[in-house]
Amino acid sequence: MKRAGLIKLVAIAGAAALVVVLGFTMTDYHQYQGGIVGYYVIAIVGLNILTGYTGQISLGNGAFMAVGGYTTAILAGHHGVGELATIPIAALVAGFVGLLFGVPALRLAGPYLALATFAIAVAVPSLAKRFDHFTGGSSGITLPIHTGHYLYSASWICAGIGYLVAWLVLRGRVGRAFRAVRDSEVAAVSSGVNLALYKTLAFGISAAFAGVAGSLLAIGAGYTNPDTFPVTLSLWLLIGAVVGGLGSLWGVIFGALFIEFLPIYAQNVSKQAPAVIYGLLLIAIMLVMPTGIVGLARRVVAPLANRGAGEG
Amino acid sequence: MQQFLQQVVSGLASGGVYASLALALVLIYRSTEVINFAQGEMATFTTYVAWQLIHWGVPFWATFFLTLGFAFVFGVTIERVVIRPFEHAPVLTVVIVTIGLLVMLNGLNGWIWTAEIKAFPSAFPTRPINVGGVAFSLQDLGIIAVALLAVFCLWLFFRFTKVGLAMRAAAVNPDSARLTGIRVGWMLALGWGLASMLGALSGLMIAPIVFLDPNMMQTVLIYAFAAAVLGGLESPAGAVVGGLLIGVMLNLLGTYVHPITPELRLPMALLVLLIVLLVKPSGLLGRAVVRKV
Repeated sequence: MKRAGLIKLVAIAGAAALVVVLGFTMTDYHQYQGGIVGYYVIAIVGLNILTGYTGQISLGNGAFMAVGGYTTAILAGHHGVGELATIPIAALVAGFVGLLFGVPALRLAGPYLALATFAIAVAVPSLAKRFDHFTGGSSGITLPIHTGHYLYSASWICAGIGYLVAWLVLRGRVGRAFRAVRDSEVAAVSSGVNLALYKTLAFGISAAFAGVAGSLLAIGAGYTNPDTFPVTLSLWLLIGAVVGGLGSLWGVIFGALFIEFLPIYAQNVSKQAPAVIYGLLLIAIMLVMPTGIVGLARRVVAPLANRGAGEG
Repeated sequence: MQQFLQQVVSGLASGGVYASLALALVLIYRSTEVINFAQGEMATFTTYVAWQLIHWGVPFWATFFLTLGFAFVFGVTIERVVIRPFEHAPVLTVVIVTIGLLVMLNGLNGWIWTAEIKAFPSAFPTRPINVGGVAFSLQDLGIIAVALLAVFCLWLFFRFTKVGLAMRAAAVNPDSARLTGIRVGWMLALGWGLASMLGALSGLMIAPIVFLDPNMMQTVLIYAFAAAVLGGLESPAGAVVGGLLIGVMLNLLGTYVHPITPELRLPMALLVLLIVLLVKPSGLLGRAVVRKV
């Protein structure tokens, strides 16, 4: 067990070092793409806390990203607040909205929750258009343009902090309560887990992560408008979480890489090809490896490791 | 008064479209507790098939029935190939699978027929007729008639045919149904086929109005969700009532409540959805579900 912990530590240090080195060696365009992967990681970690660890499906985390993105755009674009300073504010505002949404969501389960969260994701662009006094309507709000390196650094520093926070939340009492809720609500309540509290909390935390990601998206794109946060964004996040593996923090990076780069490569076939491949893959993954890349790796590696242990 | 009547009739027309798709959702939900997020995209796909047939010179009404037939086969095939393997999977898994289907079909529609917006012929003349000084669009009246006729046929089917009875039995109690020799798996596939037909119907009715593009049914699907939940996800009659109510209500709100601009039409439907889910999750005509531990 100790040895496994050491290997994990080395792997984390290696991954972190790789991220830093890439930040100084890649071209600016690749760093821009890397920055996008960084904020996808943050958003998917957030979604994973809610869906993978607490068992509450959300098709609406793109809406929480929109809350974060518009918080940053309005504060930085209209009120002259420093962009980076808006990131924690975006987290708080989105987290608060998430908590608020968590309260009604308590009464919903399974398909009903999927419906309600989907509804929110669909509503966001129309709401942004309607309240154009704040959001700039269809033309949106423009922000300063930055280099790829700027986005890359901001994204991955936030992603690092996000990972740390997620790990701290999930390793202790709260994480155990989340998993208990996911595995059996009845059993969780019987063991004294406050269902209302932890479900709402999971929504709040998940939304705060989404808020940070949305804020970085706005900073990276240099603008926000109603089409910056389409319904598909929420679906892509879910796809990223499923590909990486629901209930695993490690797989998230693969999920994020997948949703950023698949469209770029598949576009050579046809502009619509990424969607078709996404859809097929999503179904195939649920069929073949419902626990995602990490689950697959575990299934392949675990028997080998056990055999080694038996012989030793 | 004139304006009120006109708005009610055109609300009933869009309500008829929502009701058809809502009914499709309810048919599937009743038998398997799966909400088919791909219902709208399936409808769009079949509508494109209809457009293709018309484009090849097939007359409108021949296309209409050919498309319904195709939609049935399409629905059955999807259930057999895509949904069947997840028979015993948790709800979350099946939801994700139908979302995969949504994304895939949406991409496929755009791939085959491009994202370019296409005009679609209407079965009914677009000119208005005058009834007591109020002008109604013939198209609206036609849509209402088609929707009600479809619901009536469906009711006849479920009420008076042996297959209909078997399908109801399979939905209410699969185990007992199986013991009496009903092939429950095929009944589910049949349900998907019928749902797909209803979806095609809603697509054929709305396409002349909003024009055909790959995302045509996405908002209709949301209204259908709201309609199905309002009426009670378990209740076919509820879906129809819910659809018509939503159609009329949104039209009247848009006409008489000033701050509600066209942009708020969709969020209003979502508000209805959320309120119903919170206040009376079983809907207007559904029965309350008691969860046993």
